[in-house]
Amino acid sequence: MAGPGAGEPAMEDERSFSDICGGRLALHRRYYSPSCLEFCLSCPRISLRSLTAVTCTVWLAAYGLFTLCENSMILSAAIFITLLGLLGYLHFVKIDHETLLIIDSLGIQMTSSYASGKESTTFIEMGKVKDVIINEAIYMQKVIYYLCILLKDPVEPHGISQVVPIFQSAKPRLDCLIEVYRSCQEILAHQKAASTSP
Amino acid sequence: MPRLLQLLWAQLSGPGMVLKAFFPTCCASADSGLLVGRWVPEQSSAVVLAVVHFPFIPVQVKELLAQVQQASQVGVAVLGTWCHRRQEPEESLGHFLEGLGTLFSHEPWLQLCRERGSKSWNCKATRRQGPTPLAPACEDQVMLIFYDQRKVLLSRLHPPAALPERQAGDATASAGGLAAVFDTVARSEVLFQSDRFDEGPVRLTHWQSEGVEASILVELAKRAAGPVCLLLACLLSLVSAASACRVFRPWPLSFIWSKLSTCEQLRHRLDQLTLVVSAHRAEGPAQLMRKANTLVSVLLDMALGLLLLSWLHRKDRFAHLAEALVPVADRVAEELQHLLQWLMGAPAGLKMNRALDQVLGRFFLYHIHLWISYIHLMSPFIEHILWHLGLSACLGLTVALSILSDIISLLTFHIYCFYVYGARLYCLKIHGLSSLWRLFRGKKWNVLRQRVDSCSYDLDQLFIGTLLFTILIFLLPTTALYYLVFTLLRLLVVTVQGLVHLLVDLINSLPLYSLGLRLCRPYRLAAGVKFRVLEHEAGRPLRLLMQINPLPFSHVVRTYRLPSCGCHPKHSWGSLCRKLFFGELIYPWRQRGDKQD
Repeated sequence: MAGPGAGEPAMEDERSFSDICGGRLALHRRYYSPSCLEFCLSCPRISLRSLTAVTCTVWLAAYGLFTLCENSMILSAAIFITLLGLLGYLHFVKIDHETLLIIDSLGIQMTSSYASGKESTTFIEMGKVKDVIINEAIYMQKVIYYLCILLKDPVEPHGISQVVPIFQSAKPRLDCLIEVYRSCQEILAHQKAASTSP
Repeated sequence: MPRLLQLLWAQLSGPGMVLKAFFPTCCASADSGLLVGRWVPEQSSAVVLAVVHFPFIPVQVKELLAQVQQASQVGVAVLGTWCHRRQEPEESLGHFLEGLGTLFSHEPWLQLCRERGSKSWNCKATRRQGPTPLAPACEDQVMLIFYDQRKVLLSRLHPPAALPERQAGDATASAGGLAAVFDTVARSEVLFQSDRFDEGPVRLTHWQSEGVEASILVELAKRAAGPVCLLLACLLSLVSAASACRVFRPWPLSFIWSKLSTCEQLRHRLDQLTLVVSAHRAEGPAQLMRKANTLVSVLLDMALGLLLLSWLHRKDRFAHLAEALVPVADRVAEELQHLLQWLMGAPAGLKMNRALDQVLGRFFLYHIHLWISYIHLMSPFIEHILWHLGLSACLGLTVALSILSDIISLLTFHIYCFYVYGARLYCLKIHGLSSLWRLFRGKKWNVLRQRVDSCSYDLDQLFIGTLLFTILIFLLPTTALYYLVFTLLRLLVVTVQGLVHLLVDLINSLPLYSLGLRLCRPYRLAAGVKFRVLEHEAGRPLRLLMQINPLPFSHVVRTYRLPSCGCHPKHSWGSLCRKLFFGELIYPWRQRGDKQD
């Protein structure tokens, strides 16, 4: 890949990884400048098969109730519930892609975009960030790796006040995490060098 | 490949952090001039507040900045130059701008430049490495961050950063980086008072240059608010003086007032209204929000109350209610009588002690008979009383609900009495049993040491004690059953009353103004900021857009909840069960006398 020359757009590349359940993830990396980096992890889309299965189950159950009660309100209620449930799921539960934006000397920003277009953003200032690490956790019956940000404790200089996990919905595997980790550490190293120099 | 870039960058950039320039979006289309703002050295960031246009006299600019610094305690200074030029570079302007660097000395000196009609920006920040003007200069990397000045001015960060009060200069700019930006903009209102359309000596461009929005209704309301508040304050002081007068002091009346939840609610509303119309200005934004929330809550309450009143009057529902009330009370009493008859027989197949059963059953039946007589005595007056009580609904829906709760407790007073009788009897029995059980085992409760000690009893003491113990234990099922039944009834009534109180509490404490603000002007309540990277070309400085991240609704409710006389259960489930088992009287909701903040 050639370096950015004058007038060329920022460097971008896209690779595909898999998450802990085996679904396909796409990691899209944008290199705006040496001090600004963005990672965008796209989660697998909602599958038609599961949607059809859930809808059929709900409607069959409603039809069963209808044959028992002979009340047609049940059928319209079932349709209503299915629609509302789907809308609610798309707006509140299903995450389309997660983005991590690191800006040197400013901070780290995490955005989750839902399938309905809603975005929820958290920004952590660089002064509060102690380090970015890969940690292990026990999740159900598996041991998984996750990337997290450690926040400084205002009271104790060497303590940690909070651990903020990144890519919680996408849950990528270790190879993807290592990519992100390396790039984050490069920027953080420069940040630390800058903050300690007079 | 990224490593190569890293190395190149490390060689090119000087020591220190990247310089962040916060630039207001309203100045992006302004004509060339000087950049005026505040420099925060700890975060290496320059917050640009306004642009001073040509022609200007440097002395007047310095005077204006000194005035602003004195008035707002913010270290405003000339930070650099701004050049908004046409396609052909103007040589003379370029030299002129560079010459200004010697007039207004500032380290580092910013030079922002934009070509008219295009999106490409040029930024340069020069820093002298020595004390003399001829020392070599080094350049820093600049990152441009655009912000909407009006929104940042009006917004409030949550949690509010603990910024020190107005101190001389900016000696203590130790607040978090972005809180310092918000603070700078908020405190520099003095600078925004004159803009480029005014006739003053210095012409500035800032957010006011885009035109200020105002509403005639809001301005009229502000003018009218003064006299209206004064009038209301006088009225309220009269009302509170009347309620505190001596007529209501003697013991039976004061006891009744303290038990009625209507009086509690009215007192609460009176306190709130006094706070709202008081002549003191709000101390800080939190106080202002609280006043606004209280006002909106009271207004909504009254509106709902009037709605309820009009609905009740529409189809002559008062008469229906009054007619239905006495039969309902009769029905309840009849059901209770059936229940007692059932208990006096063989309830659920259990065998009761006949004599005790008959005594207790007759005692309670006589009570119900008395109660029904009282209700029948009152029945001609019920409609009038109800009508007058209904009028009080115009004071608010919460008052109407409190009256409903009081009516429920008055109508079920006999259930409360039965519960107390049953509980006391049961409690006595349990205490007697436990003490005699200790005697049975040869022990005694030592009051002094608060523990169980062994004790040697005489033979006749033991004999009588064992007899009494046997009697009590054989009478236990009957008493326990009566206690159980009446406790369940009482708990049912308490649950219904509790739901009503919960609704009243909800209306009292919901911060409607804050929720409305979050819905319509989300930038006013900020949880933080978010950044968006704008179109980037290699070789140009990085441009970011800083937007305000609004507070989620749940946080809004949590932060701005109004204090209310809370009705939270004061016992945990464990202690409640313990009290029920030992027959102690329970008041599951907090006593109405205790206020909770």
